[in-house]
Amino acid sequence: MNEKNALMKVIKQYDFALYELNLYLDTHPKCMNALAYFKKYQDLRRKAVDEYTQKYGPITADQTNTDEGWKWTNAPWPWQKEDD
Amino acid sequence: MWKYEKKLQYPVKIKKPDARMAQVIISQLGGPDGELAASLRYLNQRYAMPYSEVTGLLTDIGTEELAHVEMISAMLYQLTKDLSIDEIKKAGFDKYFVDHTLGIYPQSAAGVPFTAAYFQSKGDPITDLTENMAAEQKARSTYDNILRLADDPDVKDAIRFLRQREIVHFQRFGEGLRIVQDNLNAKNFYACNPAFNRKCGRRPRM
Repeated sequence: MNEKNALMKVIKQYDFALYELNLYLDTHPKCMNALAYFKKYQDLRRKAVDEYTQKYGPITADQTNTDEGWKWTNAPWPWQKEDD
Repeated sequence: MWKYEKKLQYPVKIKKPDARMAQVIISQLGGPDGELAASLRYLNQRYAMPYSEVTGLLTDIGTEELAHVEMISAMLYQLTKDLSIDEIKKAGFDKYFVDHTLGIYPQSAAGVPFTAAYFQSKGDPITDLTENMAAEQKARSTYDNILRLADDPDVKDAIRFLRQREIVHFQRFGEGLRIVQDNLNAKNFYACNPAFNRKCGRRPRM
């Protein structure tokens, strides 16, 4: 797996952890343990996404660095198989 | 994947409930030219779009249409909030009420439930983009008709915003169609389908 895909894999793992915590917190909003986990993964995700978007371009259009032009619509799209 | 943002794209603040108006506006939720059909149309068509910038356009407009689904739903919610049984009967809203109470359900003004038969995903970029341009005009016409039926400035303001978006989307899809055609045989755009035929057009597909 290349570095780009490896970094995206890490982001997906952080995102999944945050989603699981999100659903859990929806029904357990006062759980301090879950809130602490959420904070931990928020920080990890933010750093990983910053690194990814700086190196490889935006994951959402609003992350665009306009100095690099409009990369938002560049292929590949997530459903297109890419060599690892 | 998608993430939800806790805000409307454009404010909806309707002070006066009006169940009669809700019954026509609901067509832009689950009717033949409604926002739900629009979103699903574009998001389903993306996979057969061989030109990446147009794939992006379908993604972005399909996503915006989901925000319009929410705006229409917000209007329906506000137009039907706190209605009494007498008001429901007087406005002819009883036929909706019996099945859905005041819940939001995607159907046309005539009461036909939402169906995927309202849109196509043809696997041919020219066909799909031409459908999309027509769909945006049909939605614009529907908003024109809603404006003819509406009196409340709060209703008209949000409807006017949505109507304007149809016009912008029509323009962008026209440009998308132009991008597709620019990549095909200038003497015969229909010589092949760039979503299906491997060697087709001047630019290889994604």
